[in-house]
Amino acid sequence: MADQDPGAAAGDAATEPPRRHGALVASSRGQTVLHAERAQLRTLVAALTAEGFDQLIDVTAVDYSVADQPRPLPAEVVPERFEVVVGLLSHGSRERVRIRVQVPESEPTVPSLFDVHPGCEALEREVFDMFGIVFEDHPDLSRILMPEDWIGHPLRKDYAVGRIPVQFKGAPSSR
Amino acid sequence: MTATNLNETADRVRRRDASPVLRMSETAAANLDGNPADPADDERMIMNMGPAHPSTHGVLRLILELQGETVLRCKPVVGYLHTGMEKTGEQLSFLQGPTNVTRMDYSSPLFNELVFSMAVETLLEIEVPERATWIRMMMCELNRMSSHLLFMATNGMDLGAVGMMIYGWREREEILRFFEKVTGLRMNHNYIRPGGVAADLPDNWQADLTELLDVLPERLDEYDILMSGQPIWRDRLQGVGVLNTAEALALGATGPILRSTGHQWDLRRDEPYLAYDQVDFDVIVGTYGDSYDRYAIRLNEIRESLRIVRQCIETMPKGDYRIQDKKVTPPPRARIDQSMEALIHHFKIFTEGFKVPEGEIYVAVESPRGELGCYLVSDGGAHPYRMHIRGPSFVNLQTVPYLLQGGVIADGVAAVSSVDPIMGEVDR
Repeated sequence: MADQDPGAAAGDAATEPPRRHGALVASSRGQTVLHAERAQLRTLVAALTAEGFDQLIDVTAVDYSVADQPRPLPAEVVPERFEVVVGLLSHGSRERVRIRVQVPESEPTVPSLFDVHPGCEALEREVFDMFGIVFEDHPDLSRILMPEDWIGHPLRKDYAVGRIPVQFKGAPSSR
Repeated sequence: MTATNLNETADRVRRRDASPVLRMSETAAANLDGNPADPADDERMIMNMGPAHPSTHGVLRLILELQGETVLRCKPVVGYLHTGMEKTGEQLSFLQGPTNVTRMDYSSPLFNELVFSMAVETLLEIEVPERATWIRMMMCELNRMSSHLLFMATNGMDLGAVGMMIYGWREREEILRFFEKVTGLRMNHNYIRPGGVAADLPDNWQADLTELLDVLPERLDEYDILMSGQPIWRDRLQGVGVLNTAEALALGATGPILRSTGHQWDLRRDEPYLAYDQVDFDVIVGTYGDSYDRYAIRLNEIRESLRIVRQCIETMPKGDYRIQDKKVTPPPRARIDQSMEALIHHFKIFTEGFKVPEGEIYVAVESPRGELGCYLVSDGGAHPYRMHIRGPSFVNLQTVPYLLQGGVIADGVAAVSSVDPIMGEVDR
């Protein structure tokens, strides 16, 4: 089961793009990339986990708002400003997949993967801190690298380098 | 591992009857600091440890919920060293990139440079010359040794074996001296660059290295006498900070932490990069997943790295130390005076930088702390559009509450030390 062929879930019509658990299969420099809808992310990761992808390696995001050229995406995928990227690793079959999820600027929310992989907790907090993307049902979605009362999300492309002087608001402290 | 029991694991990690993860804001913790939360139970309180504590390895802060001296829950607070290096990486050209990433995990800088350079090379779809690959591998294994020696030193110091601190630093310094000869710097080398390495190995490097390699095995045997077999050392570490394989996998832990639970996983063997499929080495695994196993794994990994370095000396191929593609690597200095074209290439590379075709890639290497990954996005320009480093220390820190739960504060020092987090990499 762990060695299931990437195209096994594909429809019989040759014109139909290959899908895996409902997500479009693509490739980037030889690496497997799955394009998932936000709503299906959690079920997709759960299905892949059941298939043998036993470790969640990475969660990150990209803000594509100022990219020089539109990024190459399958025709079915509607590009949005943000993209959340989830990396999964299968220790059994020594295989990796990367899931890319389009997240619109108007509603930057993604379901949290904490239920399936508790190891995503810190990584999702980092994405929230740096991009302001909200992970629904995350147990403790707070800033992790920036101070708790920081305003703004530094890795967004509209957050200029060196724009803001050091911004400490006198956080209450016991000392 | 079947699906059902994996989900059960995730469930258990999530819902442990008393979850070891303290989810409380820093403000709330500051208000409670030192005061019992419940006046009826004055043994139970929130305590702050760090960020300036000698055993927190830099600036890690732990908010602990204690019952007397027993740790109930814990929250690692990070970010004190955050300098926005991923943001900085977007401003630097691909050639300047290694100068930035090398400062992340400052005790194993070459791995950061390696993973970034490999990501750029994959996007460029170029292959580095064989000699460059072997130089990279040899330097990285030396770096793994120096990083683990630093762990030996700090771990010893944390646990009161102060003599060990001096010995670990002594041996590490000898390796750094060799690095200085090769790269010009003890740390933050900027030696591994897209396209190869910055310079060829110096004359007589074999002799220098052999001399170093001849001393180390007996020094490592001395560590065994000083620590491994010593009853106080064993009592201090065995059974302290225990994690099992399922928990480690669920929490995303990699490197010596995952291997200490008995799970065999080493990217050098399982997803060979560089020339690791051409050298002979063993993957060291533990049995009990405790602090002692993590210590012993690192000590024996130094021995395995020694084996790899010896094989590198024997088989070091001849040839170029960097790719001869003038669009990617600058021409030799002497050529600039003779050739107009070389001057143009030099000028273009150092002003504009080279352009990398559009695409996105994730590359991972086995750093001394676990899986070090680089997610690189290029939009076709001369700067990375997005550069994300998956720091193993950052993810591994999530195991700390699990390691500390139910132990006393003094054991917490041993457990945190055995995770070996490098805060520069955690905070980036």
